[in-house]
Amino acid sequence: MVIPQPADIAPEILAILETVHDPEVPVLTVMDMGIMRKVEQNGTHLTIHISPTYSGCPAMDTIADDLKTAFSEHGFTTDIELVLAPAWTTDDMSEAGKRKLEEYGIASPLEATADKEALMGEAHKVKCPRCGSTNTHLVSAFGSTACKAHFKCKDCLEPFDYFKCLK
Amino acid sequence: MLNNSLYRYLLLLGDNSLILGHRLSELCGHGPNLETDIALTNHSLDLFGQVRSYFQYAAKIAGEGTEDSVAFLRYEKDYLNVHLVEQPNTDFAHVICRQFLWDAYHLPLMKALMKSKDETLAAIGAKGEKEAAYHLRFSSEWMKRLGDGTEESHKRLQSALDHLYRYSYELFKESEVEKEMKEKGIGADLGKILEEWKKTTEDIFRSSNVSPSDDPPAIAKGKQGFHTEHMGFILAQIQYMQRAYPDMQW
Repeated sequence: MVIPQPADIAPEILAILETVHDPEVPVLTVMDMGIMRKVEQNGTHLTIHISPTYSGCPAMDTIADDLKTAFSEHGFTTDIELVLAPAWTTDDMSEAGKRKLEEYGIASPLEATADKEALMGEAHKVKCPRCGSTNTHLVSAFGSTACKAHFKCKDCLEPFDYFKCLK
Repeated sequence: MLNNSLYRYLLLLGDNSLILGHRLSELCGHGPNLETDIALTNHSLDLFGQVRSYFQYAAKIAGEGTEDSVAFLRYEKDYLNVHLVEQPNTDFAHVICRQFLWDAYHLPLMKALMKSKDETLAAIGAKGEKEAAYHLRFSSEWMKRLGDGTEESHKRLQSALDHLYRYSYELFKESEVEKEMKEKGIGADLGKILEEWKKTTEDIFRSSNVSPSDDPPAIAKGKQGFHTEHMGFILAQIQYMQRAYPDMQW
């Protein structure tokens, strides 16, 4: 299945989708996250397929509720389906999304090999979102949410979250 | 219990994740330090996520109930998890050792499920594989750190392994349901998983300076619904809310 791009979705629907945010990373919309799998429209009824980032991501239920609410305000009824395939990866996240993450203070995912080296503490590749230094170190492989690891910058001394690469 | 092989297979898979996830959740706020506390509860969250997928599917096959009724409203003999995941959080070495023995099994299991002829199981495998790989990395690192750490940490890890290794055999003891699912191309081939498991565990035992005991396998029939004395206590805690307030929701 191909992940729908903004151009594939009716502008009216897309505008509403872009108002729904991830409750745990509120700068990202559901489109930025790349969790949208399919939108089927039948008049004013929509069936929206979304895919979880991590199996146990507790944000999914909230996102489903938020989607329902946002669409009902515009006169749509919705069914939200959780689909597991194709599995979400950090590659699905939009470039705009990655930029917004950085601005928000969360280091965006590296590509897979660099990510592995960084999380094994073998290489200093994760860039501090505050000062841009790569002189950073892993504090904990698990962070405040399932999708993040915890890092600290050795130059500006600020702690920060790193959005793990999932592939 | 519903007499359907796929349903039973889903319970078998889901119950392991459910009970281990519960054991890990008991550590919430009690981890040895903040980082490991968060790490272990993250593991728990991933496992519960997988359980939801298994049980949503099981409820669909049963044609009645929900993921919640599958998780919370069965009697002890209807749970099909292995005894390894019931073992208590005796100390951090036990938690890590139990996790490692499980992760080394869980990763090849997920990889095998990715090739399942059943689309839903293949999707659960594809999702879980990434998480299982991350868990295995964490528990392997801690095995080495404890085993090759201080005299005390080494002693504790060896003692945990002495206790837990006997329970690992059950993971690979094929039940009738697992055999049937394997033959239908739906379930995993435990023989192949065992080969992977041996490779991973021997490698990590070596770098952790610990050795598995040659004690005979624990007599364990979790897959047939017979459990250790821990199970009743676990279920009492897991099921209390749904039993006391039927159909309650958050």
